[in-house]
Amino acid sequence: MKESTIMKIHYGTALASVGLVAVHILMRLTTGFSDSLSYENVLANYRSIPYVIMLELILILLAVHGFNGLRVILLELKQGRVYEKAVSYGCVVAMIALIGYGSRTIIMTNMGMS
Amino acid sequence: MAQVSSITDEQVPSALSTTKTILLRISRFNPELDDSNKFMEFNVSYEKWTTVLEAILDVKKHHDHSVAVRYSCRQATCGSCGMLINGKPRLACFTKISELDSNVVTVEPMNNFPVIRDLAVKFERLFDTHHKIQPYLIRDDTELESDEKEFLQSPEELENFIQFANCIKCGLCNSACPTMTTDSSFVGPQALAQAYRYVADSRDKGKDSRLDIIDESHGIWRCHFAGSCSQVCPKGVDPAMGIQFLRGYLLGFRS
Amino acid sequence: MTQDENKEGIKGMANPGRYGIERIAYLLMRLTGLGLLGYFIAHVYETSNILRGRMGWDDFLAMTQTTEGHLFLVLVIGMCVFHTGNGIRIMLGHGGVGVGKPARPDYPYDPASQNYRHKIGIYSSIVLAAVAMMYGMAVMFGE
Repeated sequence: MKESTIMKIHYGTALASVGLVAVHILMRLTTGFSDSLSYENVLANYRSIPYVIMLELILILLAVHGFNGLRVILLELKQGRVYEKAVSYGCVVAMIALIGYGSRTIIMTNMGMS
Repeated sequence: MAQVSSITDEQVPSALSTTKTILLRISRFNPELDDSNKFMEFNVSYEKWTTVLEAILDVKKHHDHSVAVRYSCRQATCGSCGMLINGKPRLACFTKISELDSNVVTVEPMNNFPVIRDLAVKFERLFDTHHKIQPYLIRDDTELESDEKEFLQSPEELENFIQFANCIKCGLCNSACPTMTTDSSFVGPQALAQAYRYVADSRDKGKDSRLDIIDESHGIWRCHFAGSCSQVCPKGVDPAMGIQFLRGYLLGFRS
Repeated sequence: MTQDENKEGIKGMANPGRYGIERIAYLLMRLTGLGLLGYFIAHVYETSNILRGRMGWDDFLAMTQTTEGHLFLVLVIGMCVFHTGNGIRIMLGHGGVGVGKPARPDYPYDPASQNYRHKIGIYSSIVLAAVAMMYGMAVMFGE
């Protein structure tokens, strides 16, 4: 993938996640911070399909943005064909792993498996 | 030069004299003999107009002629005398001691450039990256074949790129760049600014090929707009501006 | 100093003291980005405790809903707000917005791209981050 395409994705995920993360944080302030973190409240959030979709989107957007940022930093620290390939693929694998793990939580909780 | 020879340690300041003294610390390193650099210190007299280069040449003349330093024009035109002066990349001929506001002046070779000896560094990488971005007008035709005598350019078209044509290849921007402190493959602000100089030139038709060259993992995208290159440029080239404009082409803001 | 490229290394990247607020913003952007990535990974892991049922969730809350946990979260809020604000400023800069216009340089050769607009953007991000941190402390410690 061309670097310009990767960076457009980096910028796009950043802009898209700003609003979604803001909503996610504001949800903690609707019923009082401590109450919003109670087991029942959190479970109710996970049962709401729009909220689940938002969580999934945040997970994907931030994982892509974060691990691409890490990839950029690591590529600048050291160079070499093998190292660069390892960093790039490693970040993609970590990204997929995190998305997978987070999606597991979201889907299983939404389906009532908690 | 009469001005340098008059500033000597033997000169006794009179009551009306403005001559002061600073401690000049010069980094000494010979890669064939030394494991690491060391600093040699010299007391140098200076007037309010004395430049760092003049102080170094004074040391060469009166104290230690073996100090290796590169210089030529002494008027910020050739770009030869770039070095770290009190930790910041500057041209020695363009930096007055009086403007440093310090009793101690430390000069070191520019970082991110291999050291030849003492204050002289190798410029091969800068030349290579500069060459990589095709620093010449690219056209299918030439002035010899065209119907017109020369490729006409309006004053407005000239204003778009003339600032970036002021680059004297001193390397201060590459020395200041935070990416270049760790990334050996980064093209560098000097080359990117020159890439924009040609892309912005209305006579040039090589925009696409240059954009392809810099659109790589160690190309323009490793610039993060820290702006240090523009902070140190002695000629007002403002490489950061050129790089952001160049990025605009790749992001689709400019066409 | 080895006879290599004479690179400053991470020390040079992490030394923001010589080039103005823009260089400091560059360093803070990196630090907050790495900090937020670390927090994000930990957050995804800790919220998976919901799958352990009420007891698992309450155990996790007991660990994080402490003074130290709240202080850590305040830091995360600050990092998030700064990274977002400065990120938007940088994205605009990357598109050529607010970096000035090319012109014939004249002494003292002040760079047009290092102008007040971007400096205000950086300082605003820092101030907003501080305000957000204070609000976060008010919410978490005020209950």
